[in-house]
Amino acid sequence: MPKAKVTFEDVGVSVTVPAGTRLIEVSEKVGSGIIYGCREGECCTCLTKIVSGAENLAVPSILEDQVLKDNMAPRRHRLACQAQILGGEVVVRPA
Amino acid sequence: MAVAALTDLAVEVAPGVHWVGALDPHLRSFDIILKTANGTTYNAYVVRGENGVAVIDTVKEGFADDFFRRLESVARYEEITTIVLNHLEPDHSGALPELLRRAPQARVYLSTRAQMMLKALLKPSGEKPPEYTPVTTDDTVDLGGRTLRFLHTPYLHWPDTQCTYLEEDGMLFTGDIFGCHFCDERLFNERVGDFRFSFEYYYTHIMRPFRDYVLDALALIEPLDIRLIAPAHGPILRHMPRDYLHRYRELATPRLFNEARSEKTLLVFYLSAYGNTRRMAEAMAAGAESIPGVRVSLYDLEGGDAAIFTDLIEEADGLAFGSPTINGDAVKPIWDLLSSLTSVNIKGKLGAAFGSYGWSGEAVRLIEDRLRGLKLRVPVEGLRLKLVPDTDELEKCRSLGESLARHLTGRIEHRELDLAAIA
Repeated sequence: MPKAKVTFEDVGVSVTVPAGTRLIEVSEKVGSGIIYGCREGECCTCLTKIVSGAENLAVPSILEDQVLKDNMAPRRHRLACQAQILGGEVVVRPA
Repeated sequence: MAVAALTDLAVEVAPGVHWVGALDPHLRSFDIILKTANGTTYNAYVVRGENGVAVIDTVKEGFADDFFRRLESVARYEEITTIVLNHLEPDHSGALPELLRRAPQARVYLSTRAQMMLKALLKPSGEKPPEYTPVTTDDTVDLGGRTLRFLHTPYLHWPDTQCTYLEEDGMLFTGDIFGCHFCDERLFNERVGDFRFSFEYYYTHIMRPFRDYVLDALALIEPLDIRLIAPAHGPILRHMPRDYLHRYRELATPRLFNEARSEKTLLVFYLSAYGNTRRMAEAMAAGAESIPGVRVSLYDLEGGDAAIFTDLIEEADGLAFGSPTINGDAVKPIWDLLSSLTSVNIKGKLGAAFGSYGWSGEAVRLIEDRLRGLKLRVPVEGLRLKLVPDTDELEKCRSLGESLARHLTGRIEHRELDLAAIA
């Protein structure tokens, strides 16, 4: 299975993950400060800054896009409960 | 002073501005968590300009008749051009679907974060959402000689909350901010009974968890010329309104000078049946204390109850909880403390758990799950030790303390992991 690497800057941990893994599946396991509310892409609690490698994430769904817009999320921010790592390297930190 | 009988008519707040809310004197608890010894009010307002009429907020659904009667006493539905929703919780939006049916031409103004809530609220009516405009700070609506200016004040106490400032009159419609559950027909703060307790009780239970957002909102509000504050619950604050701004600032400011403000603070709470979890706590605290820039405090929960620790926890950077396992669970004082923290903001603080156990040791994992549920980050796996910790095990406790302190101070070494290994 293709692998990818995600780094959580706030806790200094890089994790090798199978392609297709969502940030939510990793961040709590390493104790990152990304926090969650509804866990289904509505509440925007898990807003996360994509420090680099945004192009290695699946494009936001229509719902995620709308939630980001409604919450005035800055550029290069995603919902950790939705964002899926497709490959390569991604570096993130809590918004 | 005798309580003046309130009629079904709107009450004038200023020329062309009326209160059209409702009284709920018999309510005794609100949203389950608040006691309301003398009920509450649902405040809604009408502002008349030369070119249109604005309705600001509505009331709880069961009180819609009172609202519409008062509204009809000062405006015709076809005159309503503007509906402002400062907060969409059902006690303020209950009459909205019917208002939209009666004034379908009105445009709704609400915060950007309220849009999804508006759609969810109108679901049962089956009607398509009204024309609405999402607004943010300094967006305005011109009513003709009167200007409504919006202030983006989120999380007070929902994501959608905003304030609306009537510029020419120096009036601020604040939603739940500066509100309280206090029902008195005399309506205005210099006339009603003593509502000081209600005002502070409301802040403590509703606003305090969002203290940083209170300070952000005050930064927007304080520079304004404020001649009257019109909240969505409780008395209208027209006598010395700035006193209430000052009080909010005091309430949102830490009570004591923080002696450790240049350092990171770690609070270690524990309970110990035979002294083993206590020894773990002490070793952990010593380990954390050995890292420069961290100040550690150690508390035996047997010597205090949850309420007295709330202020400390609100200010702390990290929290560690030690509990033995009794009958497969952490002990009750730990759960009492962890269930009483909804009144302060603990999101994103560092959390950890540890404990000695006799044969199964579930407490540590259960506490870690609860800490994550409370939105703390738990970057270091907790430590479970069987019965009496020996020298090597106490060294592990020390290392746990050091590790937590490094996380608090940002002195962490980079680690490379594989998801399969931590799943």
